[in-house]
Amino acid sequence: MQADISLGKRLTSSIGKKIVVALTGLFLTLFLVVHLMGNLQLLKNDGGEAFNHYSEFMGHNPLIQTISKVNFAFILGHAIWGIFLAFKNRAARPTRYAVNKPGANSRWASRNMALLGTIVFVFIAIHLVNFYFTFHYGDIPTVDYRDAHSGELFRVKDYASVVQIGFQQLWIVAFYVVAMFALAFHLSHGIQSAFQTLGANNKEVSPTLKTIGYVLAYGLCALFAIIPVIMYIQNS
Amino acid sequence: MKFNLKIWRQKDANAQGKLVDYKIDNVSEDMSLLEMMDVLNDQLVRKGEEPVAFDHDCREGICGMCSMYINGRAHGPVKASTTCQLYMRNFTDGETITIEPFRAGAFPIVRDLAVTRSAFDRIIAAGGFVSVSTGQAQDANNTPIGKEEADKAMDAAACIGCGACAAACPNASAMLFVSAKVAHLSLLPQGQVERKERALAMINQMDEEGFGSCTNIGACEAECPKEISLENIARLNREYLWATVAK
Repeated sequence: MQADISLGKRLTSSIGKKIVVALTGLFLTLFLVVHLMGNLQLLKNDGGEAFNHYSEFMGHNPLIQTISKVNFAFILGHAIWGIFLAFKNRAARPTRYAVNKPGANSRWASRNMALLGTIVFVFIAIHLVNFYFTFHYGDIPTVDYRDAHSGELFRVKDYASVVQIGFQQLWIVAFYVVAMFALAFHLSHGIQSAFQTLGANNKEVSPTLKTIGYVLAYGLCALFAIIPVIMYIQNS
Repeated sequence: MKFNLKIWRQKDANAQGKLVDYKIDNVSEDMSLLEMMDVLNDQLVRKGEEPVAFDHDCREGICGMCSMYINGRAHGPVKASTTCQLYMRNFTDGETITIEPFRAGAFPIVRDLAVTRSAFDRIIAAGGFVSVSTGQAQDANNTPIGKEEADKAMDAAACIGCGACAAACPNASAMLFVSAKVAHLSLLPQGQVERKERALAMINQMDEEGFGSCTNIGACEAECPKEISLENIARLNREYLWATVAK
């Protein structure tokens, strides 16, 4: 048997592509966990102090900033490979079935990862314009806090107020909630699918991995979605 | 029983095909769907019309030749069944049954419901074999194999290569088929020599044939007449990953 297949070809083959999508996807899921823990501080009743300190740290720590660039690259890589896969897979069946009942054998989310991913991608773009670029390059009001130990006053950018103003608009809140539904469905297939792609599937571990996938998918997105809703209710 | 049939008719690979309506009466509930097709073809021939071309061979669910997409499902609505093992009692009297060929770019239509599945043969030729001599039948006992491995290999070897996995897959991917062959051979001592090359070569051939990429949707496992498990695809992924980094 002669299998003279170059490394490049192995990485862009049908399995190679899905390994890239799986690994970047799992990294992005980890990012979501960290991102959520930061964001939940917005719900703390402290006038935004915890969130502002956290944002200041995240915005200036060189390690975090490096990881954030990697994160951007992974989002793009995940999206590009994903779209690549979707187009190739569409082309693999030039004539569609006249009558087809895919609902009888598989989940809707599993069959519509590209659609869900596109919604999430559009959300990420709008989300970045709303907050990321404003935080980094926009005019942010400042707020003074007193240090609990020394009693000294110090001045921090009031990122929390930017979020608060953003989430006073109902359409933004609604858009965020809809986007979190799309992300939840995307992850409900994506997380367990990534484990399968990396070869983890047998009768002992699969039920656990599936449960972890569902809990992470729905749990993360529910908590993300609840933040703008609570902030909207508090401020209206 | 009587049925309204909508059957895909297409003269050859390049012709434009379409669904044609037929009515059939006096169908026994104990007929298989293929036997119903035989009766229909008999009636068509008597009327001087062209019979419907379709693939079939053993008619006992083990050869993998029958290949219809019935009412939106590969091999029809019954779980773990080939078309020849699908009986008319599984339908309701008066029902409209739509019958199409398996559709995938890599399964070109020969005529009507018959498609070429030679792409599967070429995938097998690329690596689905062992080159070591395994001797005669009695020599099998010279190579002891653990019960668990033998069972897993046997479950994978149950694949009859019918193509329902690729037909049902929204991506028209042949991964379940390839994974069954790779798992079957990689679990057995006779398959070890070419183990790494096999995973690479068979996937390479699958891609070249124009099948789609697996995205773990699971339609293949649900529609497989031999209930080949997705665990085999995970095993193929492991084999491929290992072959990629350790080749």
